[in-house]
Amino acid sequence: MNGITLTLRTLHRGERRLAHDLMTVAERHRTEHEVHHVATDLAAWSREHVRRVAEVAAHHGVKLGDPPGTSPDGFFATLREEASAAVVHRPEPGLLLLRDLRELHVAAAENSLHWEMLAQAAQASEDSELLGLASACHPRTLRQMRWTNTMIKILSPQILNSL
Amino acid sequence: MEDATDRIAQPWGDRTPYGRHDTWPARVDTFLKAGVEPGAVERWVQSASILHSDGDAMDIAVADGRMVGVRGRDVDRVNRGRLGPKDLFGWQANASRDRLTRPLVRRDGRLVETDWDTAMDLVAARSRELLEERGPGSIGFYTSGQLFLEEYYTLAVLARAGIGTNHLDGNTRLCTSTAAEALKETFGCDGQPGSYDDFDHADVVALFGHNIAETQPVQWMRLLDRLEGADPPRLLCVDPRPTQVARHAAVHLAPRGGTNVALLNALLHETIRHDRVDRDFIAAHTVGFEELAERVADCTPKWAADICDVPAARIEEAAELVGTTDALVSTVLQGVYQSHQATAAAVQINNLHLIRGMLGRPGAGLLQMNGQPTAQNTRECGANGDLPGFRNWQNDSHVADLAKVWNVEPEKIPHYAPPTHAMQMYRYAEQGSIRMLWISGTNPAVSLPELSRIRSILTQKRLFTVVQDLFLTETAQLADVVLPAATWGEKTGALTNADRTVHLSEKAVEPPGEARPDLDIFLDYARRMDFRDKDGGRLITWDDPESAFEAWKHCSAGRPCDYTGLTYAKLRGTSGIQWPCVESAPEGTARLYADGISWAHPDLCESYGKDLETGASQEVVEYRSLNPDGKAMLKAAAYRPPHDEPDEEYPFQLTTGRTVYHFHTRTKTGRAPQLRDAAPDVWVEISTADADRLGLGEGDLVEVTGRRGALRGRLRVTGIRPGLLFVPFHYGYWDTGNGTGPGPDTPGRAANEATVTDWDPVSKQPLFKTATASLTLVERGDGRPSPAPTTTASAPATVGAAHPTAGGEAAHTTQSPTKFPHGREEGAR
Repeated sequence: MNGITLTLRTLHRGERRLAHDLMTVAERHRTEHEVHHVATDLAAWSREHVRRVAEVAAHHGVKLGDPPGTSPDGFFATLREEASAAVVHRPEPGLLLLRDLRELHVAAAENSLHWEMLAQAAQASEDSELLGLASACHPRTLRQMRWTNTMIKILSPQILNSL
Repeated sequence: MEDATDRIAQPWGDRTPYGRHDTWPARVDTFLKAGVEPGAVERWVQSASILHSDGDAMDIAVADGRMVGVRGRDVDRVNRGRLGPKDLFGWQANASRDRLTRPLVRRDGRLVETDWDTAMDLVAARSRELLEERGPGSIGFYTSGQLFLEEYYTLAVLARAGIGTNHLDGNTRLCTSTAAEALKETFGCDGQPGSYDDFDHADVVALFGHNIAETQPVQWMRLLDRLEGADPPRLLCVDPRPTQVARHAAVHLAPRGGTNVALLNALLHETIRHDRVDRDFIAAHTVGFEELAERVADCTPKWAADICDVPAARIEEAAELVGTTDALVSTVLQGVYQSHQATAAAVQINNLHLIRGMLGRPGAGLLQMNGQPTAQNTRECGANGDLPGFRNWQNDSHVADLAKVWNVEPEKIPHYAPPTHAMQMYRYAEQGSIRMLWISGTNPAVSLPELSRIRSILTQKRLFTVVQDLFLTETAQLADVVLPAATWGEKTGALTNADRTVHLSEKAVEPPGEARPDLDIFLDYARRMDFRDKDGGRLITWDDPESAFEAWKHCSAGRPCDYTGLTYAKLRGTSGIQWPCVESAPEGTARLYADGISWAHPDLCESYGKDLETGASQEVVEYRSLNPDGKAMLKAAAYRPPHDEPDEEYPFQLTTGRTVYHFHTRTKTGRAPQLRDAAPDVWVEISTADADRLGLGEGDLVEVTGRRGALRGRLRVTGIRPGLLFVPFHYGYWDTGNGTGPGPDTPGRAANEATVTDWDPVSKQPLFKTATASLTLVERGDGRPSPAPTTTASAPATVGAAHPTAGGEAAHTTQSPTKFPHGREEGAR
């Protein structure tokens, strides 16, 4: 295993995790409609990243798995959505939401740094396929981070001042 | 007097044909109450319509201190004397016997009459309590697109600098926030680029999700007149329903709901592929062309045809129409704004105009429309989730400038985050962090999506709700305090239509009982709350409409919506002036961007923009690097499938919309007999193919069930797109036995029982066009027809399937053709 395949593996794991976490957050905050819908959309980006990383990794002789399904685990997904509806009139889930957005942001930031590493390594090794992969995916990772940051900025004044 | 025409049966009246580049002739429409002779009218009082966004200028006829009719103003640039059915008949609602005439407060669970002092003291006391206990973020204001400029501005000052809350938005969120956002994304700033006069010069008029025949019937009269004149325009209609526009279109596309971005990307693809672009314009005035070209490179008509379910050949024809003309006017409305990827789609229409260089000259115009009469004022005054005067909340110098105008510390004006949008405010109320909601001039218990949820929010005991309205609406019935408001014709104020035309609407008669102008109510509240500026002086220094208008002028100075060249006297002397109106352009400004892009510079712009797919805010640093010279921004967007797709359980797409005879939740138009009877009850539209497949027919009572609720209506079989159901959004419960919502004996009637809560992450406009639903038969019609009008998009597919809609003698209106007294575009640049 060389550094490139190591980074591909790390990214594969990181994007898989982010796709899963975005879906989990979407379900847990079913009653925060914008978070629910946009997180679901953003999970699709990470799933695509997983697919593309696996494709390129195969050319490097590394076999990586498929992206997670659109809903990570049916029973628990339903449970999370129902739990969200049950506390629709409570302010406390707001704190949980801020924590979840923060975790998503950190996970996306980790991916972003790994995309950066991959792009740098690709340039140094003149691997155009790798560079193509990084330049296609990295901007979306940055957009995922910008979204979590924006939502935290919008929601935290109200949530933190109303408890 | 000329012949009388039944203007329910003929909503657009008779034709006055005119040729391209000619002056649209005037035609004065007059309707007087039965038995009132023209000679009996004592006074004609200048006004303009508040029942749609067109800004039709009219005079109110007064006799014996009562309104007795209306007459179009032939001198006005917007309508040249013409009036639509709502203009002609809607005013009668003012005199309804069930107007609110005294304040109401809730005691022991029931609303009881009281005096103004008691009601307002209660509101002020609760406000002070909440400020003390929970801070300004516990108070929210939800206003309208139907008040006057002076009222919005006063509300914006008292909410943002008095209370200091970030929670002030209008129901304009439902109708026009995507228009504003799309303009901000492309031009850096809100402000309608085009002018209605562009219709006189257009060779092609493209209407995207805009049923102009019913939303702005007078501008449709203008297009009909051009269609019958020399060198008529060709129309492109994008609409899933067989609207009047579709019937007159050269090309009609009826795409699957929620696929506008795919369709528009294909139009852009074709435009670029055939090199139908204006390279000089692109180089001089835009940034981002390369990225746009790259994004749409694969968006072939064939690709879009599969997504939109429209033949590729039709898309190519549409692309040729908009791509080869020398004078393109595009108009955009709810088919785009209330659909999936709303802002992303609206922006692609801006892009089309930019890459074709179709901007800022006669016949090359872009009109991102409004739904409501004074929505433009809600936007510019900062009562809609923006700062007043199109100031940028992220730009400290803009906030400092506003603070100077108001003489408060900048920190007093919340600008740590974007002003809260309505859907978020209702969420805060739902989870309990907003504890007081003051709703003025709107009826969310019928107009917001997922009504069961909205009712559950408004009926919470911990939420103190103030409702200010003309009638005991569905929302007012759920309130803790109800304030009786005066309306159009009973108060004075300015209003601005969708093409920036400012009108003055004067008081013609006294309001009923103790009802008060909205402005007086807000001023009363400000006095009781004793809002002060930083030097201890009164925060709100004005006390009547004209002084409020003067205060607003000061706030608008130097901003795109500059009113400093206007006065009440000037608005009385003329009829309809387009802002900006300043010393150097005293007669107003016909088109923005005639001399290049003027408000997109990083230091001037209203917004640094958002991610078109996620809604994430950009920061100034990014904006400055992308657009250092303040050009128009070509922003590309990828198509994403709608969140809600039909499945086995909910096999139909469901869309809501309006009819020409009604406005909003029918609080006024449902009380004007001619309008009420033209469309007396809710209906459901279905395609011929679906009706045949399911064995359903005209007049069958059906239940439409969405994921969150259901409603019942009688079926109308039309030429609507197969797979799609349409339900008008006007109908609620005030005229049923149940009052506020469905009950044991009252089935669901409001379209929003079946819609879901989802909004465009960029403009925050709720989606009303992409719900899904199932359909079940409740009871056969047995010859009983659907109450849907036959004159409009709801016309039956089979001629004669329903009795033709008519108003009879009660709807007779005179139409007198006359010459437009001004030269074309007189005065305005």
